[in-house]
Amino acid sequence: MAETLAPIDSGLQAEEVKVTAGKKRAAALESLPDKVHTWPYLVRAEFIAGCVLILFLMIWSVTIDAPMEEPANPTKTPNPSKAPWYFLGLQEMLVYFDPWFAGVVAPSLIIVGLMVIPYVDINPNGNGYYTWRERKFAVGVFLFGFLVQWCSQIVIGVFLRGPGWNFFLPGQFWDPHKVVAMTNVDLPYLLGARTEVSQMLVGMALVAAYFSLIPLVWLLFKDRPVMKQLGAIRYGVVSFLFFTQMGIVVKMILRWTLSVKYIMVIPNIVNI
Amino acid sequence: MADSPTSPPPPEKKQSPLDRLLTSPVWRSIFRHGYEDTPRNRVLQVSANVWLHLHPSKTRRHGIRYRHTWCAGGLTFLLYLVTVVTGVVLMFYYRPVQEYAYWDVKYLDFDVPFGFLMRNMHRWAAHGMVLFIWLHMFRVFMTGSYKPPREFNWVVGVNLLVLTLLLSFTGYLLPWDQLAIWAVTVGTNMARATPLLGHQGPLGPQLGMTARYDARSFLTAGTLVGAPTLLRFYVLHCIFIPIIASVLMILHFWRIRKDGGISGPL
Ligand code: HEM
Repeated sequence: MAETLAPIDSGLQAEEVKVTAGKKRAAALESLPDKVHTWPYLVRAEFIAGCVLILFLMIWSVTIDAPMEEPANPTKTPNPSKAPWYFLGLQEMLVYFDPWFAGVVAPSLIIVGLMVIPYVDINPNGNGYYTWRERKFAVGVFLFGFLVQWCSQIVIGVFLRGPGWNFFLPGQFWDPHKVVAMTNVDLPYLLGARTEVSQMLVGMALVAAYFSLIPLVWLLFKDRPVMKQLGAIRYGVVSFLFFTQMGIVVKMILRWTLSVKYIMVIPNIVNI
Repeated sequence: MADSPTSPPPPEKKQSPLDRLLTSPVWRSIFRHGYEDTPRNRVLQVSANVWLHLHPSKTRRHGIRYRHTWCAGGLTFLLYLVTVVTGVVLMFYYRPVQEYAYWDVKYLDFDVPFGFLMRNMHRWAAHGMVLFIWLHMFRVFMTGSYKPPREFNWVVGVNLLVLTLLLSFTGYLLPWDQLAIWAVTVGTNMARATPLLGHQGPLGPQLGMTARYDARSFLTAGTLVGAPTLLRFYVLHCIFIPIIASVLMILHFWRIRKDGGISGPL
């Protein structure tokens, strides 16, 4: 986009600069008006992007067929049965959590959490431009959630989960008879609780202790200017979502390190 | 905007056939403005065109750069349009009935002229839409474009995200092959664990939920993914969700303009 499109005598103001690089270009850009005509500048950019995408899609569609397997057969369950790839992050959570959380509560919290972002992020900086320095917490949490907790779990679900939802490295044979020892135990048991009731109480205490960090942090830091601005309600919403998000990580780590099955068990009602 | 200074009278020259076409009464009845590259026509080109006037006639300079928007929102919309067009073609051949569905898709793949292309494009564009909507959300977040005054448009966007995933998911069942019913079985099985409303969810049984009557059977129209599910998902996929999604997209685009156009450093 180097040349000026319009002949100067047509009365058009210059909207583009001829210099293509370096300080000179920056200086020339400075002197241009902030707005340019949508036609041709924006429409042209969109048109090019659209053409490239459609071309790519056409070539892809001519060369790669959409999947089509045998006719549906309700009596023949494939192993593994995978949800569509965009839900595999959630299916992966089933390894660590019961379906009520992995399949229902977690996705609902993600949706609600996304929706409240604009109302709880009251940092006025970084509105309309890329910046890390001016909004480290917001960007950090979002990147962690989106890249680590969502996208990477999808990659694991698509490529590394085989029969029985067992873990297989790339290239490894998907052995349907792979035997994995089921050695997971509940955290209260690990902590020494042996009766059903004591286990239940220990589990509830653990979960309560974790979430009581929320008021604790508030009490400790509520005089900080950030917290004052945020206010109790917004703080409550943010910290509940944040601690739940990180709680998922905590449980995953407990599983990998101590083979913890559940942190809290309330028989026939709910396990976490 | 200052009107353009009247250009000097054009030098006499012979009209080419193209010029004659562009000045003919028929052409002028369709496109009310001339095509010469003048500021006035550049504005009219956008504001007098029903499709382009989604745009403002002038855009902030940084907003037209690929590196600001990645065009991700626009390309999401383009992919949506692709699925609408190809989807309508598929609907001419596809019957949402257990006995026919699979074979109708086979027929499309092997016998209908360009049927395979329509089906492939529909499928891959749908996947692409999911990918691009995530990219779009990512970019909107990273530029902080949900901050005032665009809070509500972000909320509209999240709703679009959910609808897009539901569109993809309901469409997944329609080929009625092994992949389809088992992926949807895995997905809908989650619903029976819904707290309170699922027959296997926390406090569900205590509230009287049964396999025949809970959140899951509401989705699948029965206790398993069967013929009634196919019909239900078909209607959701082809009519219900597209209408709601289209309405929200209109709202989304309108709000972009009302919220002051594309976000940018102040
Ligand atoms: C069907 C889905 C969607 C379509 C077709 C769509 C389309 C668009 C388009 C064309 C723009 C103009 C700028 C751009 O291209 O980036 C835009 C802006 C915007 N979108 Fe979306 N979008 C969709 C989903 C979403 C989602 C999921 C979110 C957020 C969760 C979102 C939030 C926004 C916001 C806040 C803006 C204003 C950004 C700015 O001014 O910089 N949209 N959208």
